[in-house]
Amino acid sequence: MRTDVTKITETSPYAELTEGLKIYAGGTSKKFHTGEWRTSRPIMNWEKCKQCLLCAPVCPDSSIPVADGKRGNFEMDYCKGCGICASVCPFGAIEMKEGQ
Amino acid sequence: MSIKERMSGNEAVSYAIKQINPDVMPAFPITPSTEIPQMVSGYVANGEIDTEFIAVESEHSAMSAAVGASAAGARTLTATSSCGLALMWEVLHIAASNRLPIALALVNRTLSGPININCDHSDSMGARDSGWIQIYAENNQEAYDNFIQAYRIAENKEVLLPVMICQDGFITSHAVENIELLEDEKVKAFVGEYEPEDFLLNPGKPMAVGPYAVTGYGMEAKKNQEIAMENSRSVILDVAREFAALTGRKYGYFEEYHLEDAEYAMLIIGSAAGTAKDAVDELRKTGKKVGILKLRVFRPFPGKEIAQALKNVKAVAVMDRSESYRGGGGPLGVEVGSALFMERVHIEAVNYIYGLAGRDFTVENAIEVFSEMEAMVTEGREVPQYQYVGLRK
Repeated sequence: MRTDVTKITETSPYAELTEGLKIYAGGTSKKFHTGEWRTSRPIMNWEKCKQCLLCAPVCPDSSIPVADGKRGNFEMDYCKGCGICASVCPFGAIEMKEGQ
Repeated sequence: MSIKERMSGNEAVSYAIKQINPDVMPAFPITPSTEIPQMVSGYVANGEIDTEFIAVESEHSAMSAAVGASAAGARTLTATSSCGLALMWEVLHIAASNRLPIALALVNRTLSGPININCDHSDSMGARDSGWIQIYAENNQEAYDNFIQAYRIAENKEVLLPVMICQDGFITSHAVENIELLEDEKVKAFVGEYEPEDFLLNPGKPMAVGPYAVTGYGMEAKKNQEIAMENSRSVILDVAREFAALTGRKYGYFEEYHLEDAEYAMLIIGSAAGTAKDAVDELRKTGKKVGILKLRVFRPFPGKEIAQALKNVKAVAVMDRSESYRGGGGPLGVEVGSALFMERVHIEAVNYIYGLAGRDFTVENAIEVFSEMEAMVTEGREVPQYQYVGLRK
């Protein structure tokens, strides 16, 4: 049963849900803010950053946007605070701080 | 005209698979079902079918690949037995809850331990609450016929559930018997093309399968899955009627053998029903009113229909080919007892455990069970409500 997923909420009766809770839409993970899980956050020291871009591809949540060959600020809606970016940064430009 | 042949149960199911020509078959060999992937891969190698056969590294992987293939939009199947089914355990539930119409050719074999390769129903009975439809066969003909009906049930839009087509290991899977086969074109016309409305490999219509469900959704999803199982009841009968029109072979939730006027009944699943029928034939010659209820569909469980079919008997022997270790009987014993109670059918019921790990179940065993039930009713003999048949004492 292909359904408009935007009409399904946590108050929808069972008859209005899809079989197997299949989601008939693309890109719905954008609505799921994994950043809420965070217990520590990355702090950027832009003076140390050389724009080597080693951090962006290792981010499991694509929370390091890259435009025109340069990385931008973290997308904190999705950053889970895993710290992989801080580990791979050769210049110590990313520091993990405890707390949301 | 149907084709007269002689085949083992494994050959019969493999032949049905060849005639259906499904899209994907991931499988891992395990006795006694090994011949099924072996024969199907032979058909593939000979260019007789274009099924994508995936030689996986375990049964967990076989069912996982089946889930992926089915979600992608492919008509999918696998085959296994015993510990192979047990290793699929986690993914069986994924297949059912994701509402994927996968077919599984199960060749029943006991679960370890003790390690043993012979027949009992502990594998499929262990998976009885996994959300799969379960259909059992008495012989190779029924295994073939059930497999041809499988996808019509599973792929019905009101159902969309996986289906397990079960046959008894070695007794059915390896014994060669006469069989009537359908012509290829008749099978293809009956089974039809698989045209899912939605599937992953459909670039114009993106979808996600198996998403995380928070508490606000999980219970409703499970209710919908239960409704699908309920819906399968009428679909199973509709498909069986259509199959009967094609072949003359009639199927329902169960077969009644001399049950109409029976005073003593035996409820049994699988190949041992054939043995029990022989016992009934012998006892009927001596004037005993005995009959068999051979259960074909165990999931969904036709409890009301069973209770109604048994309401006029004085006693029923509920035969379990698996042990529940619940300290009081097997799964059929519980479910039939519950069905009788819920339908207010007040008859004597004794739960017998037989045939574990391939132990023979003979005509004499069946006759003893019938005479014990008669003695219980007519002479008031004390009969344990739960006991083993053919156990050395």
